[in-house]
Amino acid sequence: MTIDLKTVKHVSKLSRISIDDNKAKKLGKDLNSIFSFIEKLNELDTKNTEPLTSIAETTLKLRKDEIKSKNIREDILKNSPNKNKDFFVVPKVVE
Amino acid sequence: MSNITDLKLVELVDKIKKKELSSTEVTIAFIERSKKSKKLNAYISENYENSIKKAKIFDQKPDFKKKLPGIPIAVKDLFCTKNIRTTAGSKILENFVPTYESTVTQNILDEGGIIIGKLNCDEFAMGSSNETSYFGNVQNPISENLVPGGSSGGSSSALAAKLTPATIGTDTGGSIRQPASFTGTVGLKPTYGSCSRYGIVAFASSLDQAGPMTHDVKDCSLMLEIMSNYDTKDSTSVEFKRENYLNNLNENIKGKKIGIPKEYRVDGMPKEIDELWEKGIKIIKENGGEIVEISLPNTNYALPTYYIVAPAEASSNLARYDGVKYGFRSKGENLIDMYEKTRSEGFGDEVKRRIMIGTYVLSSGYYDAYYLKAQKVRRLIKNDFDEAYKKVDAILTPSTPSSAFKIGEKLNDPVSMYLNDIFTVPINLAGLPAISIPAGHDKKGYPLGLQVIGKAFDEQSILNIAFALEKNISFKNNITDWWIK
Repeated sequence: MTIDLKTVKHVSKLSRISIDDNKAKKLGKDLNSIFSFIEKLNELDTKNTEPLTSIAETTLKLRKDEIKSKNIREDILKNSPNKNKDFFVVPKVVE
Repeated sequence: MSNITDLKLVELVDKIKKKELSSTEVTIAFIERSKKSKKLNAYISENYENSIKKAKIFDQKPDFKKKLPGIPIAVKDLFCTKNIRTTAGSKILENFVPTYESTVTQNILDEGGIIIGKLNCDEFAMGSSNETSYFGNVQNPISENLVPGGSSGGSSSALAAKLTPATIGTDTGGSIRQPASFTGTVGLKPTYGSCSRYGIVAFASSLDQAGPMTHDVKDCSLMLEIMSNYDTKDSTSVEFKRENYLNNLNENIKGKKIGIPKEYRVDGMPKEIDELWEKGIKIIKENGGEIVEISLPNTNYALPTYYIVAPAEASSNLARYDGVKYGFRSKGENLIDMYEKTRSEGFGDEVKRRIMIGTYVLSSGYYDAYYLKAQKVRRLIKNDFDEAYKKVDAILTPSTPSSAFKIGEKLNDPVSMYLNDIFTVPINLAGLPAISIPAGHDKKGYPLGLQVIGKAFDEQSILNIAFALEKNISFKNNITDWWIK
């Protein structure tokens, strides 16, 4: 199979990464070479194989729902590129 | 006395405990050498002044019960370090200063270690040559313009160049073992669940593991002991009995059954790699180990599986970089435009490529054909190892299919770059522990490594086998300090 320019653009939209036509062409070429390498998996019959979702395959442990850290508003906001005193600031969403 | 920086980790610990050296002397020695080694570009951030202060404080009231008493250590810049900038080699985290500490670095601090700086790496640990870092290429101290491997390339370079007595890396598909192999050093990827992933910038969560990189197997055992613990902050952390790996270290491998997987003899593998492997086999036999031919029939499918699973997980993990809560933000006309521009300008090409692959294989209509298929093949690969371990205690293979290559040599061919990890990737997919130790040189004089793969949670056995190999090989790194004027 081949991944065409339209698909590359669609995936870039889904990925929230803007790309121009030149970049999309180059990326399409890379993706096609990577996917032709990935196609090798189709040689294998996996009809009766269960997917391996986690190597640990144990039930996740439960813990008490307790507050462990308090008053960390400043810490949380510290690295934001745009904030006011209490909130993260983003471009206007609602008209 | 020889140079302080020529001493290995265990030797330094010993000398500090015997009061033959102070933490301040040791810390200053490694910092001075690091300052003279800027040409290697191994560091992204330096923490020198603060470290010397900490060393002086340690010396005023030394606690010799600690396992790393006042020992300076530089770490891969993928571990969040409180109040020390953590970039993951990316522009998008260029100014990120964590307000918390990763569990693994906290363990190092708790044992008296001093973090002298953060080491370069491929962007978000995606790469095999350290060439995808936003902060530039790293030089391999073995020879000029040679890659140090990746993604823990700053770590392997700094260690081999003796800018730090030991270091830590992360390994998703070979990112500790391949750079160790390229620089003539020791690198261990622990069993999935051994070392906490809390506070490590996530790449592919079902594969990522932190591990030690050191000059020899003894140092590696000490570091693993310190790094590995059960941690409730990581939901995949496993509760099991951690050994005193250093105390238990033992070169006796009599009666151990070591598997040799025939599928690892790949076409076009250089003769030197084959000879290296034969050398390892001979040493095992001479020391009373038993060599068993085994088969891991699905080996050839490991890389294609990895290049679905890892990018899929990465595309989810990296969705958090949206320019809102932390990191770089670009200007946009509206919210979506801001996201798209931020991610387009903030991520490098390899990271974008992998996010796109991951998004594609998870997208509607392709999920079953790619992602589900890869998870099924992942089970087959794990089953191969389970079968093999009914017959053997450990497995011996080369670490990489070649020695280090030149900077720029493989940059334009992603698939050829990916092939570098052909011997290391299956181990991550199966969640097993594996160690790479330096075992010889190729005809160019570049180091080559052997890999010992163990059963899950049996790090002690692979350390012991590696210890026996190391004693018999007596590897010497030929490093000339060419980068210091």
